[in-house]
Amino acid sequence: MTAPLLAIENLSRDYALRGAGGAIRSLRAVDGVSLDVASGSIFAVVGESGCGKSTLARIVMALDRPTGGTVRLGGDDLFALSPKALARKRRDFQMVFQDPYGSLNPRHSVGRIVAEPLHLLDDAPKGRDRAALVARALEDVGLPAQAAERYPHEFSGGQRQRIAIARALITNPKLVVADEAVSALDLSIQAQILRLILSLRDRHGLTVLFITHNIGVVDEIADRVGVMRAGRLVETGTVREVLDHPREDYTRTLLAAEPTLAALGQRRRRA
Amino acid sequence: MTALALKMRRGWRPGSVPLLVGGILTALLIAIALTSLVWTPADPTRMRILQKLKGPLVSGLLGTDQLGRDVASMLMRGAFNSLTTAFAAVAVGAVLGTLAGVAAAANHKLDAVLMRICDALFALPPILSAIMLGALLGPGALTAIVAIGFFMIPVFARVTRGAAMQVWAREYIMAARMAGKGTARITLEHVLPNISAQVIVQVTIQLAMAILTEAGLSFLGLGLPPPAPTWGRMLAESQTYLIQAPHLALAPGLAIAAAVLGLNLLGDGLAARLDPRRRQAS
Amino acid sequence: MLAIRNLSIAFPRPGGEARVVEDVSVEVGRGESLGIVGESGSGKSMLSLATIGLLPGSARTSGEILLEGKNILAMGERELCGVRGRRIGMIFQEPMTALNPAMTAGEQIAEGIRLHRGTGRAEARAEAMRLLDRVRIPDPARRIDSYPHEMSGGQRQRVGIAIALALKPDLLIADEPTTALDVTVQKEILDILDDLVADLGLSLILISHDLGVIARSTDRTLVMCRGRAVETGPTEAVLRRPSAQYTKDLIAALPRRARAGLSAEPALAAGGAR
Repeated sequence: MTAPLLAIENLSRDYALRGAGGAIRSLRAVDGVSLDVASGSIFAVVGESGCGKSTLARIVMALDRPTGGTVRLGGDDLFALSPKALARKRRDFQMVFQDPYGSLNPRHSVGRIVAEPLHLLDDAPKGRDRAALVARALEDVGLPAQAAERYPHEFSGGQRQRIAIARALITNPKLVVADEAVSALDLSIQAQILRLILSLRDRHGLTVLFITHNIGVVDEIADRVGVMRAGRLVETGTVREVLDHPREDYTRTLLAAEPTLAALGQRRRRA
Repeated sequence: MTALALKMRRGWRPGSVPLLVGGILTALLIAIALTSLVWTPADPTRMRILQKLKGPLVSGLLGTDQLGRDVASMLMRGAFNSLTTAFAAVAVGAVLGTLAGVAAAANHKLDAVLMRICDALFALPPILSAIMLGALLGPGALTAIVAIGFFMIPVFARVTRGAAMQVWAREYIMAARMAGKGTARITLEHVLPNISAQVIVQVTIQLAMAILTEAGLSFLGLGLPPPAPTWGRMLAESQTYLIQAPHLALAPGLAIAAAVLGLNLLGDGLAARLDPRRRQAS
Repeated sequence: MLAIRNLSIAFPRPGGEARVVEDVSVEVGRGESLGIVGESGSGKSMLSLATIGLLPGSARTSGEILLEGKNILAMGERELCGVRGRRIGMIFQEPMTALNPAMTAGEQIAEGIRLHRGTGRAEARAEAMRLLDRVRIPDPARRIDSYPHEMSGGQRQRVGIAIALALKPDLLIADEPTTALDVTVQKEILDILDDLVADLGLSLILISHDLGVIARSTDRTLVMCRGRAVETGPTEAVLRRPSAQYTKDLIAALPRRARAGLSAEPALAAGGAR
């Protein structure tokens, strides 16, 4: 097996909380998480609110620092890099956020929004080249190139999420972290965005760390999955292993709680 | 759904009436102030003792004062003097206050320090402090501008800090950090454009406050020195003649009220119109 | 119990009006649970607001909403107050905003009991305790004196249900009651609602965007799209054999796992279909 693109080892993150009477206690949001993501694969982290999955995403994106452990991307330890080297490295990993209404600056044109990460490149294209790059990124996610001239409020939630994906892809990153990227969308739109992510993975060999609370979505999109609870990764494996033959009780509880059409006809009836 | 309902509930766009009335009053005020530079019915500083204390329409549109000066002309020039002092003071307060506000929102450590300074500034009463400043610098335009402007810094700092903090919590800020942008650049590109509406609204409201405070300072003799006419001093000088010549008090009093009302209505109207929550639905 | 007939809701807007609900008819029987499913902007929330007479003032309505024969749309504010809470209880999506942050859970539940039934303080508190027990809140003796911010989202939603139950309504309207909750908590809340329908004979209108929720907790389903009723019928029939293209699309958009139950034959061959 080739070396994984993303290798997280024994990662922890503690937060200091000021409790009653000024006493400082420590909250471990991420607790000894280790996982590998192979290049070109989609790894889903699934868990309920407060399980630490978003903290994990922030650390992998180097928006937050771990209190222990390492995150290696393409062999480089992100938190051992100098600030300058980290800034250079950032072109290799980008993020797609949950809220397509909050993740786009309402005062910037779509073209400006999509081009923002080009700031990371030393030799960022200017003028016409830049516009061509933005147009290509927009078309890549199924939007017309002319969208660049318009503003976020002119687009629907699903289209906005496409804009956010175009922004994440413009520097040709190796890794994209999607934090609940389809949770705020209507079901039909959600299915479209999932198909888009899959097709981008196939076309560009993209690696995706997909953070979600929705097991149905994991089943649709991921190759491997990690189940998180209270900061720990309780179970990891291929999607088929984990969803079809869960080993842990918590995974089973999670799977059983998910509302599906299998419940049809099993409803308790009164006489 | 509720946003949609709100949008559909109104035929008029939000704040239309206050915006219209406030806009007209404010435009009128600025027009009168600017006209006074090139034309007034009479020289506002020329005394004609023989014509003193004439009623409105007897001598000039609004009569004359105890020294026979034309009240209408004084009022016009006074508008200019009031407005320039107020504008300069608000400019000082808005620029320094907004800088402090966005800096506080961007940096946790600066935040504590800047906000404590603002608390201290808030605690000082502006008029009393202006009297002290006047004793220090001598009365004049500069004293008024510094005194008023200084005490607006915390107002602007608080408003912009709150608004900027909301912007900092948005996901597009995280996207900008993912693009390797630093605090200063994010503030410039993302934070300031998104809080500009709140700053503009605050500027109009604070202009009204500044006009009122300036009138108070010149009433106490801490504004522009004579013979430059100011609304505050016109009021002060009218006191002695309140019974014989009430128009001397009424003219500047109504002018101050109209100016403050106009700017406040304009501020309310703009606040409703520029509120991004209401605008986003359109 | 409740019959909505040819209901249309529109809002005036410059140059015409916006129709958010158009010619919708549906009924809920006693002890029956009706699901209303649709995507955002389908008008499903407007329908529920109309049912408790809480539409914005500028809304124009036609048709009727009959609560045991009396038209809610024709009622005055005083009459509506007798309906809201007493006849129709409401459960909200975000219980944090629906609860008063300055009152304990017990006080909020007891307030309704005392106002509407004129019972004494001690008696109302005892009743509040019984209701907290009914919504299966863990450790009700402690929770009765808790403030909303001291509780988890699931516990707050249970308190929200208890408040609605305090007035002994005949019909509960739950508008996306579990959308803000984790799946494991969602299951617990839906179990409670199921039991209320089954044990107390309450009628329930459950509004959700989630077909899985509709499938497990409702008897009949109304599918809405852009203000129109696309399809109505027994939930099992609507989801197993949808007739409208829109319903088929909704089901097709479900993740495979959520759709999984469809391929298998029903355990009891449509024995419960009405």
